[in-house]
Parts: sequence; structure tokens; C-alpha cells
Amino acid sequence: MIGELSAGQASQQGVRTIPYDLLKEIAIAMAVSLIVILGLALFLSSPDLPSVTIQSWAKADPVDFTTTANDELAGASVTASYGPPYNQGIGSVQSIGPISPQSWAGVHLNVDQPNDFVINPLKQAASNDTQLAGQISTYQAASADQQTKWHDAYAKALMDAKVADGKVTVADGDYGPVPALLARLVQLGQTGALDGLLLSSNHFYQTDYTKPLLFINDGGYIGGLAHDQHLTGNQWGMMNETGLYPGQTWLWLYTLWYQLPPFNQVSYGDLLVVLVMGLLTALLLLVPLIPGLRDIPRWIPIYRLIWRRYYTESEATTR
Amino acid sequence: MKDHAGDESAGSWTAATRRQLERRLPWENLLPDRQPFWVGSWVYVFGVITIAALVWVVLSGVVLAAFGPQWWHLSSVGRFFNSLHFWSVQLFFVFMVLHLWGQYFMASWREGRAPTWMIGVVTFAVSIVAAFTGYLSQQNFAAQYIAINAKDAVNSTGAGGFFNVLNFGQMYGLHVMLLPIAVTLLVVLHIVQVRMKGVVRPIGHEVKPAVPLDLRKK
Amino acid sequence: MGINVSVVDQPAGYLHWGFILISWPNLLVIGIMVVFFALALILPFPGHGSSAEKEKKA
Repeated sequence: MIGELSAGQASQQGVRTIPYDLLKEIAIAMAVSLIVILGLALFLSSPDLPSVTIQSWAKADPVDFTTTANDELAGASVTASYGPPYNQGIGSVQSIGPISPQSWAGVHLNVDQPNDFVINPLKQAASNDTQLAGQISTYQAASADQQTKWHDAYAKALMDAKVADGKVTVADGDYGPVPALLARLVQLGQTGALDGLLLSSNHFYQTDYTKPLLFINDGGYIGGLAHDQHLTGNQWGMMNETGLYPGQTWLWLYTLWYQLPPFNQVSYGDLLVVLVMGLLTALLLLVPLIPGLRDIPRWIPIYRLIWRRYYTESEATTR
Repeated sequence: MKDHAGDESAGSWTAATRRQLERRLPWENLLPDRQPFWVGSWVYVFGVITIAALVWVVLSGVVLAAFGPQWWHLSSVGRFFNSLHFWSVQLFFVFMVLHLWGQYFMASWREGRAPTWMIGVVTFAVSIVAAFTGYLSQQNFAAQYIAINAKDAVNSTGAGGFFNVLNFGQMYGLHVMLLPIAVTLLVVLHIVQVRMKGVVRPIGHEVKPAVPLDLRKK
Repeated sequence: MGINVSVVDQPAGYLHWGFILISWPNLLVIGIMVVFFALALILPFPGHGSSAEKEKKA
């Protein structure tokens, strides 16, 4: 039994031991590592690019903002048609044949894009603006069909939009009250009011940024910034850090799959990568039990370098 | 070894536990001052440097938590502590992976040490999750984009509704409390396993049946 | 308020080799790891080997 050893047994083991001070070792390790960490922190600092806000987005690219808001109100943005956990859509539901844990889990983080991102913030602003209140009523009174026609026409027109003084203008057309509503939303965005409205819609205290992040993500602005910093999925982004700093090098194998077919081609790429990495992690865990995998150390004799003194001595002496 | 059986209350859980601990992990094995002479390679220090780095990760993290998640964006001292935290995490993963490479090529799971290896792999995986929640807690551009990008993978597994990477409060709480506790517990288990079973013998020189080593000075 | 990018916040340079795309800082970290591992294998560990230090066998 481990630990149970009589003096006689021990004496027959024939193992030469040497003094080895474990506590001194950890003390030295802590001192040396602290010096290295202090040096790196003092000379290189750490990365901290400031966040994108709805405000910075609406100011920097009001056309992208308006296009996105148009999609949100139409229920046609990526996250508006996403699916679980946000809503009942199917646009981003991943499944491999019948296997779809995303569907099975269901909706738990209910987000209603048209109302949460557009109508409700506008209603707040309309509390002392009868014209805006009228435009909201006009929109909501229209049939779904009519609303879709307005949104489709406006989306098309936005592709040739012009910006003047932070305001978006498009060619004349039949868009109903949509341009007016969205222009007001842009204004709310540019003043910073929308950041607050999206976050604290029902409560004073908030730590859940689901709504503003989904809204920002539906636009193209943040993706463009991320692409500049090589953070996107097909730029090995998981491994990278902003600026000149090292990133998460230990994620190299996770992000590698996203650069290769079929992972970067199929709609269930994320699920597939999770399954592959789960399998590989299980293999790593079970190395001691897997023939072949557990024998590689014997075949690649790095151990002969590590224990060279032992092998020299034991080969030289007779027992 | 003295036999205290006569002094113990019959059927006592406490006495039985004490006996198990005395047998499995006597003080001479928990804090030995000698090692088999084959423990003489720099590869053996990768593990202890990993532990040292973890200590600095936790201590710098405690300071960051004490002053709140906004502090390091607003104060240069705060930024310095964030830098300490950032670089000690880098050191932690660098030396953990070096330790993994070393232990793999030494096939250190031999002679009953498979649990030690497995706890190590689990620690690696949990550390990655801990780091992930840390990156999500930065409240800056990188945190935003990591959250936005990662949500699809998490959602695809069905976990998205319960582990919401867009929810700063949830990620922060996991990062400053639950995951550090998990990593620390796993590291302690891992070290106890190593001390209980001792350092593995060189490849090709396993003893059958495996007997533990007596590290006391003769 | 947009992204204010100072020197250290400029995107790093990247090595693009086939489908591999890696930042120079990341490559440096990995390179250092490989060097450390090789050195650990080769460099003698202090306090061993001299015959004066050899203890009697148990």
C-alpha cells in the first residue's frame, strides 16, 4: 500500500536519494517569476482598447446603423431571426442531422428585436413628441405586408445612401414612416441615450449587456474594427489579442479548425468544432489508457535526455 | 508505525479518516526533503513555476477585484495591476504547457499515476474556461468582440441560455469566485496525488509490483 | 468616442504562410516555449553528478 513501508523494505529498494528542498524551490520560483512579471508589466503594460458604444457606432457609420435598425424593426436582422436562446427563429440554429442541442435547449434569453431595439426606445422619446408618437402609431397600425414592403424598399435605397451632418438621406420612395422613425433612432444613438435605454430598459441596476451587444453585432461596424485587429473567426481570431500583445496561444488547436473545410463552410461549423475538440480533450484525458498514444514517449526517446544520468549510472553499476 | 487502534473509538469515522491519511500521506511524503536522484533535470521545474505563476495570477486578481471591474480603466495603478494579471496568466499557460510536454514525454502516468495525469488535463481545461471568463470581464473592445464571436459556439451546444457570454455580471462572478476555487482545488488535488505516489521512475525501470519509495535519509 | 489607437494598440504584424496566419508576438511566445523546452532537456541541473556528492546507497 502506498505510504506503508517498513524500514527493511526501504533498505532493499536501492534508490539513491539526494537532498531536495521543495519549499526553497517554490520560493525561488515565486521570486523569479515575480521579477519577470513585474518587468513585463512595467515595460509592456497590457491591452485596453475602449469599447464600441451604440453612440460611437451611430456617429462613425450612421448608414450602417440605419441599415441595421431597419433590419431589426423588420425582424430580419441576424439576431432577430437567430433562434434559441434568444427567440423562436431558425436563422442561426446549428444542427448535425437530428442532433441539435441548440433547439433542444430552447429560448431562455428572450429578446424581441423590433420592440426592444427600436419601438420601445422610440416610445420613450415620443413621450413629449406627438409627431413621433403619430409616426409610431402609423407604423404599428399598418399590416405586416405593408411594413415588409416599406422595409424592403428602404433597405434597397440605403445601399446608395448619403450622409450629411450625421444624417442619412436616400432617394425618394415609398418607405412610409420608417425613415423618420429610424432617423430619430440614429439621433438617440448619437446622443448616447440609446446605450442607456437598451441596457436599463426595466431595471435601474444592470450587468447584462445582451441587448446592446446583439444590436451592435448585427451591424457591420464592429466587425470591421475586429477585422483590423485580426480577431475574426477566419483570421485565427480566437488566438489573437489587440495591438502588439500576445494572445491566447493555447487556443491554437481550437481556432485551427475554423480555417479549414468543412468547418468553415457548413452552417453547423461551431457545433462541429465543439464536438471535435471535446473528442480530442477526451483523448488527452485518457492517454494513460490508450495504446499507441501512451507509447509514443517510448518511441520518441526524449526521456533518455531527461534521465541521462540515471541511465548512465544504472548501466554502469551492477545490482 | 505506531498502532493506535487500541486508543480509538470503535467505528469512529474520525479515527478511520486519520488512519487513512496517516497511511496514504505521511508527513515524510507530503513534505519530503529528499528526492530520488533522477529528479535532476530542468524539466522538473516547469510544474512549480506554473504554481508560482498561479499564485501571482490570484494575488493580482484579488487586488483587481477589491477595487472593482472599472478601476483598471481609470487609474494607472489599476492598469499596472491589470498588467501584472495579464502577464502572470501568460506565464501560467506557457509553463503549464511546458509541464504537459515534459510529463507526456516522461510518460508520468505509469505505475498507478493515471489519476494524476487526468486531474492535470482537467485542470488545463478548467483553466482555459477561467481565462475565457476573464477575457470576457475586461469591459473593453476585446471583451465585446470575444463575447459576440463566442456566443455562436456556446449557443450551438445548447448552453447559451445558461452560460450567457454577453452577460458581464455572470461572467465576472464566475471569473472572480467560482472558477478560481475550482482551479485551486484541482491544483491541490494534483499536488497531493504527486506527493502520495512520488515521482515516477524512469521509463524501462519500472518495478513490478510497484512499490513506493522511502525518501527518508538513511 | 471611437477607438483611440496608440502605438501599442496598433494591430501587430502577421506571418502568413499558406493557411497559417499568426501574429509575431504569438510566434515569439511559442518560439520561446520551444527554446525553453530544449534548454531544459540539455542544460545540466545543478547539484548533481560530482562524485563528492554521491550518497551511499540505501
